[in-house]
Amino acid sequence: MTLLNPDADEHSAELARARRRRNRAIFTLLSGIVAALVLFEGFFMLRDSQAPKLVTALFAMIWGGGGMAILYLIANQLVEFTPSQWQRRLTPVVFVLPAIAFVVYFLALPAVRTFIASLFDRDGSNFVGLANYITVFTEPFMLVTFRNNVLWIVFGASFTIIFGLLVAALADRSKFENLAKAIIFMPMAISLVGAGVIWKFIYAVRDPSDVQIGLLNAIVVAFGGEPQAWVAMLQPWNNLFLIVIVVWMQTGYAMVLFSAAIKAVPTDIIEAARVDGAGELKIFFSIIIPSIMGTIVTVSATVIIFTLKIFDVVLVMTGGQFGTDVIATQFYNQYFVNRNAGLGSAIAIVLLLTVIPVMVYNLRQFNKRETL
Amino acid sequence: MAKSKGNPFPRVFVNTTLVIICLLWLIPTLGLFVSSFRPRDDIMSSGWWTVLPHRVWVTTEQFKPDPSIDRNGVMTFEGASGTFEELRQGVESPDGKRVIWVGNKRAGTIQVQEQEWSGMPATTLQNYHDVLAGKDVTIAGNAEEAARKGEDMSDAFINSMAVTFPAVVIPILMAAFAAYGFAWMRFPGRKLVFALMVALLVVPLQIALVPVLSDYVHLKLNGTYMSVWLAHTGFGLPLAVFLLYNYISTLPREIMEAAIVDGASHFKIFWRLVLPLSTPALASFAIFQFLWVWNDYLVALIFIGNVPGVQVLTMRLADMVGSRGSDWHLLTAGGFVSMLLPLIVFFSLQRYFVRGLTAGSVK
Repeated sequence: MTLLNPDADEHSAELARARRRRNRAIFTLLSGIVAALVLFEGFFMLRDSQAPKLVTALFAMIWGGGGMAILYLIANQLVEFTPSQWQRRLTPVVFVLPAIAFVVYFLALPAVRTFIASLFDRDGSNFVGLANYITVFTEPFMLVTFRNNVLWIVFGASFTIIFGLLVAALADRSKFENLAKAIIFMPMAISLVGAGVIWKFIYAVRDPSDVQIGLLNAIVVAFGGEPQAWVAMLQPWNNLFLIVIVVWMQTGYAMVLFSAAIKAVPTDIIEAARVDGAGELKIFFSIIIPSIMGTIVTVSATVIIFTLKIFDVVLVMTGGQFGTDVIATQFYNQYFVNRNAGLGSAIAIVLLLTVIPVMVYNLRQFNKRETL
Repeated sequence: MAKSKGNPFPRVFVNTTLVIICLLWLIPTLGLFVSSFRPRDDIMSSGWWTVLPHRVWVTTEQFKPDPSIDRNGVMTFEGASGTFEELRQGVESPDGKRVIWVGNKRAGTIQVQEQEWSGMPATTLQNYHDVLAGKDVTIAGNAEEAARKGEDMSDAFINSMAVTFPAVVIPILMAAFAAYGFAWMRFPGRKLVFALMVALLVVPLQIALVPVLSDYVHLKLNGTYMSVWLAHTGFGLPLAVFLLYNYISTLPREIMEAAIVDGASHFKIFWRLVLPLSTPALASFAIFQFLWVWNDYLVALIFIGNVPGVQVLTMRLADMVGSRGSDWHLLTAGGFVSMLLPLIVFFSLQRYFVRGLTAGSVK
């Protein structure tokens, strides 16, 4: 029969292909459902597991990392079985939608929800309008908080920039460039909590009659001074001792960027200036600084954003006591310690509003340089 | 690097300043590192810098002062003389000895001390042992201490790994897919959606904590590894998409078009071509995200909270600072345990990290 009718032959082959295709689609769909089920069950297994810690942790790592890859794979397989017209429409969805869904759920939506919560009272039952915002901008403890954030921005950012520039400029002329950079850079790998522990050993204070085990007080005593409780006394200057910690951590970041920028300054300009008899300081201030101004601005903005959101250091070192609260710790204390949801949310929104201008500026700078 | 003939900037000055700054930067960490190997009592009774060779006063002689001596006037022992108050502080004799009055006026003793070089400082691994294996409970009836036993840093270390690894892999994978989509696929609203996504970089994660936490509580997700993975994925995605887009969009167009002509699907191009080609960018973001998640305290604190078996290193460490602020020997070792992995990753992959930093903000 097939010999007699070539058309029918083609037709049945087409049918067979379609059937195979459908079978494969069903198979993929089924395997997708099975995978989803395994992943779903795996979650409960993990949560309620009594297995040894290491086993659970290893399983979690594979389950979490691999699971996501499998979900993408299956979604793509499924899309490839749809007609090509649909395929063209659906592939971008598979690629882009998960990321969009995540940022919408974890960032965009919460911003709105937090804003709504900020208009309600402490347990979210009564609408209070802008009362929480009035509290934020009038209560003395909030004003102290804002003052501290200003201190953080002014001193934190400026010292980071100055030290970063200094080290970058000096290292550029030294034989020990890589070693010096690695040392300055190292604190960036340490957690802010770990940094807090490290600096507790610097700032530790003992009774004046005892031996001082904190380095700073040991030095003060060696020169005949009185030991001080650095992070508790001398308000508001105790904030500076916390800021030092973050300068210590952030300088490496500034240094790396400045170093790259300084190396990009054309050497012939510098040589020409030298031939004209310009001193090194003059070269630094009138040639190098202007040429890397863009980088200085970007680094400043990044450091400002970082210091605006500073949290861990303050919480570990003082818990916000002794007049060291900043916006982020105040938010935490109001929301989770004082259980005032409305006020906590209002503080978070204020934090968002203060970060936006710096961030917008930073992104605009970046795009400007991108298009160049 | 060009050097002029006269070298107007003395190299000595450059190197000296650099050495001073480096020492300033190194000393805090060094102090903790040295302290972590000192016995508990040493940490509490002297500064870590005393491990450096230095001269210490060693008591060579000890006796009761003559009972007939006038204790309100000036007294002389071994050639050193002073009032009771001065002797309490210690008086040095002309031949380099120090005489010190120990105890009260009536029944005190006199110690004669001489300066000697300090010997080898005592070192111990006990702090690390205590921190990793759980503190041996010696204080009887202290329920809090007993409850903490066996829940110490080695568990937290494993938890940190279980939290960090997927929290690095998941956002990278998602961001790479999305970056490829934004860069090489044509769909309506592409530019706008990308711009909005990057704009979300401005949202501080503090804002997201509370609404997400309340959802997590409803779903009984809080206190699980997954709660932290998903949160870090959400918070890290805008930066990840932004960085990876900048890289993936600059891949040569010809390669992509050749692959499409060959009939490869987007998925295949992405998996076989784009991912391998983007390794440097993926690596730099991976290091970023690793350091960020491993060192994060706030997100873990909110979403894991006080669930005991899941606590990560930063939480344990912060707990120790708060509740055992006086157990300095545990803090020292604990601090180093928490820094170990990031420091290794950091120094072995520094090249990628620096490249990521400069690509991210200087370009």
